[in-house]
Parts: sequence; C-alpha cells; structure tokens
Amino acid sequence: MSDSDSVGRRQFVLAVTTFLGSIMGAVIGLPAIGYMLSPALKSSTGEAKIEVGPVENFQDGVPTLFTFTRTKVNGWEKTVNSYGVYVLREGDKVTALSNRCTHLSCRVKWNDEKSAYLCPCHDAAFEKDGAVRSGPPPKELDHLEASIEEGKIFILYKEA
Amino acid sequence: MKETVFQWLDERLGLTTLYKVLLDRKVPKVNWWFTLGSANLFLFALQLITGMLLTVYYVPSPDHAYDSIQYIMNSVAFGWLIRGVHHWGASLMVLIVFFHMVHTFTYAAYKYPRELTWLTGVVLLLTTLGMGFTGYLLPWNQKAYWATTVGTSIAGTVPFIGEWILKVLRGGTDLSAVTLMRFYSVHIWWLPATIVAIISTHMYMVVRLGVAGPPAKDE
Repeated sequence: MSDSDSVGRRQFVLAVTTFLGSIMGAVIGLPAIGYMLSPALKSSTGEAKIEVGPVENFQDGVPTLFTFTRTKVNGWEKTVNSYGVYVLREGDKVTALSNRCTHLSCRVKWNDEKSAYLCPCHDAAFEKDGAVRSGPPPKELDHLEASIEEGKIFILYKEA
Repeated sequence: MKETVFQWLDERLGLTTLYKVLLDRKVPKVNWWFTLGSANLFLFALQLITGMLLTVYYVPSPDHAYDSIQYIMNSVAFGWLIRGVHHWGASLMVLIVFFHMVHTFTYAAYKYPRELTWLTGVVLLLTTLGMGFTGYLLPWNQKAYWATTVGTSIAGTVPFIGEWILKVLRGGTDLSAVTLMRFYSVHIWWLPATIVAIISTHMYMVVRLGVAGPPAKDE
C-alpha cells in the first residue's frame, strides 16, 4: 500500500463511483429514451384483405353495398369506424367503390333508375364507374382493390 | 484548454468551494448506517425520474387509469421496467426512511444542535408515507380502490371532525373521479414539492452542522 504508483484511496472511490454511477444512469436513462419514443416509432400496417362473400350473391352489373367495420387502436383507446363499399361484378371482373362522397364525405347511394350514385347532401351524381357526372365533387369516387379468389370476392382495405 | 474552461466556470460558480463544502467535508469515523440518508436521496431521485416518465402515459381518470397502465406495461418499450422501478422503489424508500430514523434515534443524533434536522426528518417520514398512500390509489384496480376506501374510512373515525376529513380526502362522500384526481395532484405536485423543499432544508443542516458521530462512552 505504500507504493507511490498504487491507486490512492480517493482515486479508487472516484473511479468506482463514476463506474457504478454510469451503469445506474444507463440502466434508467437508455430505457427511458425507448420509453418516450416507442409509440412514435411503431409502424401500423393499415392493410387488410376483407372477404365480401361468394360471387353468386352479387348480381351481374348491379352495384351492391357492402358494409364493414375496422377497429383502430391508439394507445389505450379503441375506435370503431364503419365503412361502406359498392361492389360491382361484371362477369369475372369485380370493382369496388367507396361510398364516401369526395365532396364532403356524405354517403352516396346507388340509384338504379338514374343509373348513378347520388349524394343526398349536395345533389352530386357519380357514374357507375365512379366518375363525376354532376355536382360539386372534385374527383371520382375512391377505388378499392378487389379480386375474385375461388368463387369469393375480396376487397383490400387500406388505411387512409 | 480544459483548465481554462474550468477556471472560467469556477470563478463564476464557485465549483471548488461547493466541492469542498459538500463532498470534501470532515466526517467522523462512521459505519454503513450513515449511508442511509444518501440512499434515501438516491431513491427519491429515482422515484422522481420514473414518476415523471409515468405521467407521460398515465391518465388520472376512472375511464382510462387502468387501461393506460395496461398500455404502459404491455405496449410501451420498457414501460414494465419504469413502472416496476417506481413500484418497488416506493416500498424500498419507506423501508430505508424507517431504518434511517432508527439509526438517528439509536445513535441519539437528534440532540442539540440537530433537533431541527430531526423534526424536518419527521415531516419527510410523513410525506413519504403520504406518497405511498396517494400513489396506491392511482392504478385504479380493485386493490387500490378498496385500500383507499378503508384508508379514508379510518381517517373518518377521528372524533368530531372525522366525517369532514373523510369528505375532504375523498372530495365527497364516495370514492370517485374526484378522489382519483386529487390523489394524483397531491402525489405528483403537492407532496413532491414539499419533499424537495424539506430535503433541501434537511441537507443544508446536515452540511452546516456536520454528521453526528457515534456517541462516546461518557456521553
């Protein structure tokens, strides 16, 4: 202990304190950073393939309304949103249009007589393929990817 | 360069003086019992940090309190760790505060000129227990709810003013959202602010008066 090159008591205490202090700081500090950031960095895959039903349920050439709900979880809160989609089968081809008017998001309704989707809010009309026929909407109705697999119709829901 | 920067800061902040007065002060020949005060200070700092982190996600409302804690435990990265440290740190702190008091009492360190250090310590014991009492309700589970029901009912048995105390504690006759919110407020603002102020006074006196060593035989 009398050697001049041996570590002094003060230096030893300082080194041990620094070492242990750093470990303790890291044990709380690093998880704290992850704790603060983790919800922000979570990626949500807002895609879902939804089964609409067997092909024979959909009359050829007539848009049929299909409704479904999606549950969204934000933190500890669950929000259930309902959606409507007009599914149109023409032979082996199937298309799907959102029933949300592109003007102010009212729900459009298919009218067989006029062969158009009519919006009750501002008298807008859309063609069977979704294009704007008349009224204030700035663009055509939103399309959803749709497909027929083994006699069943599916649509692909994508989170906005 | 390092030397110059340090000197510049030292001249203005008095770092060397602080170091000498706070950390380099003379201490009598002591033992491990004398580390309990520092252990409490460390635990309080830990509770402060983890507690501040918990408020990031916790919601003091009957609708969300339980769910927000489930979220912390299951969905937030290291949420289980932060809450776990806060939970166990709380119990440990009560224990260490008690041992700290036992030490001060058995070593007769509360005598002249340290009476005020002892008295502020008593307040710190009570506020620490208050932190435990108010924090226990916050998870808003069955245990929390009924423990607080029983605890506030006990306070309600005080003669004459018991009913009044019960109503003040609960913010009404029943345990409700009002109770949860006021316990939360007391837990994160009033008690911590009080504790910080009193710890400062407590430690100022420890530094000023020095540590009372073990009593001598003829004392």
